[in-house]
Amino acid sequence: MRRDLIFILMSVEIMLNGAGVAFVAAGSRWGQPDGQIMFLFILAMAASEVAVGLALVLRLYHQHHNLDADAFSDMRG
Amino acid sequence: MEAAFYIAGAVAIISTVLTITRLNAVHALLYLVVSLLAVAVAFYTMGAPLVAALEVIIYAGAIMVLIVLVVMMLNLGKRAIQSERQLMQGKIWVGPSVLSALLIVEVVYLIARARLSGMPLGSGSGVLAPKQVGIGLYGPYLIGVELASMLLLGALVGACHLGRPVSEKAEARYDRNSDGSRARSGGNLVRAGAGRSPDAP
Repeated sequence: MRRDLIFILMSVEIMLNGAGVAFVAAGSRWGQPDGQIMFLFILAMAASEVAVGLALVLRLYHQHHNLDADAFSDMRG
Repeated sequence: MEAAFYIAGAVAIISTVLTITRLNAVHALLYLVVSLLAVAVAFYTMGAPLVAALEVIIYAGAIMVLIVLVVMMLNLGKRAIQSERQLMQGKIWVGPSVLSALLIVEVVYLIARARLSGMPLGSGSGVLAPKQVGIGLYGPYLIGVELASMLLLGALVGACHLGRPVSEKAEARYDRNSDGSRARSGGNLVRAGAGRSPDAP
């Protein structure tokens, strides 16, 4: 299994995009604008998520010089 | 229109599968951008022109550039030149180029068809115009817009806080406990996956 933090973030983006595709397809199937509106909310959420996530990645790389998710096991409480 | 949708969907699926199977982050990002562009074309053929434009501008334009910038920042140093040289050679660019060429052919076809039929782009039966989306967004979904603004403000403050420069003192205090310092002193380095059994997922 892959544990690179950058790949984890990219996979989250793919999943959010898939959810958005489902919303837009349903909205266009029933001719309602609600699906597109939901996609706009997903877009805002993905943008904020990637901003905070990348700031965390930079900080973690600065401290551990490593991007493997398992390298941060010493962070558990 | 149907065929265009299926071709764009196939390109999206192929490029997404290639994204999650690449080993190099930059190659994966290339395919991810192609995947987002293909999804945008699929949105357009589904009758959602506003969302298609936003997908290109925000997803492929802003978010992906952010990730590319971070990948480049993490790659600084002597290794960067060598890895850049590796990235430029080989046949890495062929796959994304072929997939994007398919998409551009499709977009040119759609634009030409709209021109010939005399209707403006992004109109016709089954198309949800941006006007309808805007009326819905600022009507029943107004509270959602406010919540999204709060979320974006929170993300802005959080990213600024996490990205602030670290003082030397705080770094030294942290560094005593970090993996890096333990590795340098030859102490008990916490290795990746050290405590996990081999058959765990």
